[in-house]
Amino acid sequence: MARVDEIRSIVAEYGRLGVDVGQVADEDSLYSAGMTSHASVNVMLALEDHFDVEFPERLLHRSTFESILNLDQALAELLDQ
Amino acid sequence: MADRFAATLRTAREVGVGVLGAHAADVDQSSRFPRESIDALRAAGLLGIVVPTDRGGGSASLTEVAAVCRELGRHCGSSAMVFAMHQIQVACLVRHGAGVDHFEATMRRIAERGSLFASATTEATTGGDIGRSTCAVVPDGHGGFSLTKDASVISYGADVDDVLVTARAHPDAPPTDQVIVHTTRPTLELRPTESTWDAFGMRGTQSVGFQLHATGSMSQVIPEPYADVLARTMVPWAHLTWGSLWLGIAEDAVDRSRRYVRQLARKSPGVTPPSARKLAEVYAELLAVRAIIDKTLELYESTKADPVSARSFTTSLAMNSVKVYVSTRTRAIAESCLQLCGLGAYRNDSEISLTRHVRDLFSAPMMIHNDRLIDWGATTLCAMKDL
Repeated sequence: MARVDEIRSIVAEYGRLGVDVGQVADEDSLYSAGMTSHASVNVMLALEDHFDVEFPERLLHRSTFESILNLDQALAELLDQ
Repeated sequence: MADRFAATLRTAREVGVGVLGAHAADVDQSSRFPRESIDALRAAGLLGIVVPTDRGGGSASLTEVAAVCRELGRHCGSSAMVFAMHQIQVACLVRHGAGVDHFEATMRRIAERGSLFASATTEATTGGDIGRSTCAVVPDGHGGFSLTKDASVISYGADVDDVLVTARAHPDAPPTDQVIVHTTRPTLELRPTESTWDAFGMRGTQSVGFQLHATGSMSQVIPEPYADVLARTMVPWAHLTWGSLWLGIAEDAVDRSRRYVRQLARKSPGVTPPSARKLAEVYAELLAVRAIIDKTLELYESTKADPVSARSFTTSLAMNSVKVYVSTRTRAIAESCLQLCGLGAYRNDSEISLTRHVRDLFSAPMMIHNDRLIDWGATTLCAMKDL
């Protein structure tokens, strides 16, 4: 499975979107799609477990979780290290 | 700057002592809007202090507004709360509407006339969750909108000129995709959905439900996303203005207790009354509350210009933690004062009565319920890597 699809399935499970994740493009705002800041933290915890990474303090702000694309970029950076 | 602010604070003290304090007991007993207080604050120019000076206001910072709230809280909790809630709305408008003709004109009107602002976030269908709306901005296709909200609470709604309303951005938006809409008379209608208001404390705020209906131009929608306005302005301004006025209420409770203890001490010099020891303990708690408010105000002022750090988990957690801490500690301080002063403080009709202070402070943990903030903090702490 491509990384972005793995992210999609985690967002679908923990993001509590108001719409189906299939209707959300990679660059669309997940917050506009219904994800709360509370849910975004759960998405992060699930991503950390799934990819065995830690999101460092500098990435812990809203824009990291704004879209599937942003999450993919953050993970690319973390997995690269 | 410092001189201007010193003058503002002096004015707040004069109005506080002369007007708020003079009517506080009646406002509380009659459960009525503190009209004399708000009129006096308006007449003294204090309702417009947040508006930038080049639009006729005072460019007051959150730290300065918080200091005014604290002073007002010492004299009448309800009036201070109305003042704080008004300033939170004005701050959202000033910080996130600047540059838009409609909001520029509105700022000038606030500075000139002291228009009173209220907030409509809570909805019958969403309860206290300010992250969601059911109502939506409905565009009319000609650059205008209409909006109908079943608002379960609009504090002092019967006495306001303007209301900032949260709503879904458009009729197809999910509940969390919200915007803030500025609504104003005469195209703002507020019909109360309850005929009485008789609450435990903060009785002057008249926090009843309204059916809100408004029309206007789409330019009345604050252009920035709600989440930004919420994180960068609404939450820090709410938690720190409220926290400061709760501190003011607690300070007056401690001050009344100090007068009581001093009377006892003067009757028997050389013998420390037991209540004096309790007062010393309470005083340390008061200092802790002052310290956390000052520290969090410093954090806000140093991060407010930077959208990233203003929206970081660390800053958000600090903003929520200060509210939880101050709301519970000020209430505990007032209760300790009530205990140490005994019957005099327990009576409604004595010089050192603390019944209003205690009742007003019971509202503190419930405004944006602490349980909700603690839940959020608990999850966030699991995500944080560094305290």
